[in-house]
Amino acid sequence: MGERASPEVIENIRKEIGADKGFFIQYVGYLKLLVSGDFGRSYYTNRAVMSEILAKFPNTMKLAFSAMMIAAPFGIIMGLAAAYQKGGFIERAIDSFSIAGLSVPVFWSAIMFMLIFSLHFKLFPPSGTGDIRFLILPALVLSIPAMATLSRVTKTTVMDILRMPYINTARAKGLSPVKISMVHVLKNAIIPIVTIIGLDFASYLNGAVVTETIFGWDGMGRFTMDGIIKRDYPVIMGCLIVGTVVFILVNLLTDIIYHYLDPRIRLHVKDR
Amino acid sequence: MSKTGKISLFVISVFFVVSLLSPFLPVHDFSRVDLDSLKIHPGIEHPFGTDNKGRDICARVIYGGKISIGVAMVAAFVSAFIGFTVGLASGFFGGRIDTALMSFVDFVLSFPSLLLAIAISIILPPGIYTVMIAISVVGWASFARLIRGHVLTLKDMPFVEAARAMGCSNMRILFYHIAPLCVPLGLVMMGVKLSGFILTEATLSFLGLGAQPPIPTWGSMISANRAYILTEPWMVIFPGLAISITAFCFNVFGESLKERLDITGKRL
Repeated sequence: MGERASPEVIENIRKEIGADKGFFIQYVGYLKLLVSGDFGRSYYTNRAVMSEILAKFPNTMKLAFSAMMIAAPFGIIMGLAAAYQKGGFIERAIDSFSIAGLSVPVFWSAIMFMLIFSLHFKLFPPSGTGDIRFLILPALVLSIPAMATLSRVTKTTVMDILRMPYINTARAKGLSPVKISMVHVLKNAIIPIVTIIGLDFASYLNGAVVTETIFGWDGMGRFTMDGIIKRDYPVIMGCLIVGTVVFILVNLLTDIIYHYLDPRIRLHVKDR
Repeated sequence: MSKTGKISLFVISVFFVVSLLSPFLPVHDFSRVDLDSLKIHPGIEHPFGTDNKGRDICARVIYGGKISIGVAMVAAFVSAFIGFTVGLASGFFGGRIDTALMSFVDFVLSFPSLLLAIAISIILPPGIYTVMIAISVVGWASFARLIRGHVLTLKDMPFVEAARAMGCSNMRILFYHIAPLCVPLGLVMMGVKLSGFILTEATLSFLGLGAQPPIPTWGSMISANRAYILTEPWMVIFPGLAISITAFCFNVFGESLKERLDITGKRL
């Protein structure tokens, strides 16, 4: 149908998609389809949004998981190092790094990494979806802000714990510093760390919008972005709803993990 | 305030004053297309170079600063105001009001913030006001939660009991005795949130959902000049540096404010 379609054709199509019914009926119809997992079809490709999302979601998961595999160990180690080396050069360096990591916009660092590592040094392909060579740059870019938050939270938590009387007790008992930090400190610091990892994992799945677009990674983020640019509303709605649901589910999962990690939280629930 | 905090406050102030005074400064016109000077390398005439239409990047970065910092500040004020009101009401009155308001806060916080901001920017016509609304709608909830917590601790303090014994009405206690004590916390929170708001504004502009051309913003300059990074990288480097430095300074400033009030480590 083009711009010069006859009024009857337009009228027929309006009837076919239900645009002649009232707003409320249309909305209820949309909700009904939504519950059955049908987000409608893209205005441009006429493919079902749900099946597109299902096809692209594993790619986004892959990216988010790789980013977490980079961010979690480095973030925790940096946080520990900053807490134990308080007042020294190492603490200041790590602090500056983590504030910088939170301040540099992802879309800019993505472009800069691409400029340096793929266009200048030609180490990685600049964009595309594929094996691990395509994965490294976007995962690295995505992991930086997360690494920064994680190292800050680990640092403050560990510093609080080091002031606790039970650490003094452990020291007085003559336990080795390694054992103290591994058993007494990390075990107690695990809750905030897991929270941050959970929150960050959820935000990777969403923050990937920008990173995936720049690196041409064929995931949900880029799909969302394409939808935004073309004003393809079924795609935008579908992606936003799925993104939100995933975000809430991951947060819920994090809350459930607490129960297994920290018996004190289980007790609190019983008290209520 | 710590030394680094003071330095970063100074840097932010310089940025902001320069961008406000840009019409009176000897810089190029940010929107003047000059076809004789396309893609010029950074030099004396054009400190940050020119873009593919011959516009001076330096002038655009300075003008964009007014938009970016201005939008973030307005959004911070609006979210602080809403959050402050909700937090006061929720903490002070308690009971059903508290439950209702806090459930709503939880509802807002359960959304991924960037996606919610994007969704709002798509519904409304693009522009700086939309960005302000999108950031505030997402941003007020954490203010409300923080202020509520503070009101809850203040409410049980002896001075409130004394005021009540003297016959002060609820409203008088709320506005004269409790609210003023929450203001510093709200201001600190604003300082802490500003860097995030700057980044959200930049991201929305980058996605084309912020201020529309011909108004330059740091985010939209990066997205518009992305295609030229291999040959003319300065078009992308300078706006990005502007965002990063501003956000960095706001972050350091917020941290030192937090230290001052001794609330380090709390996730605000």
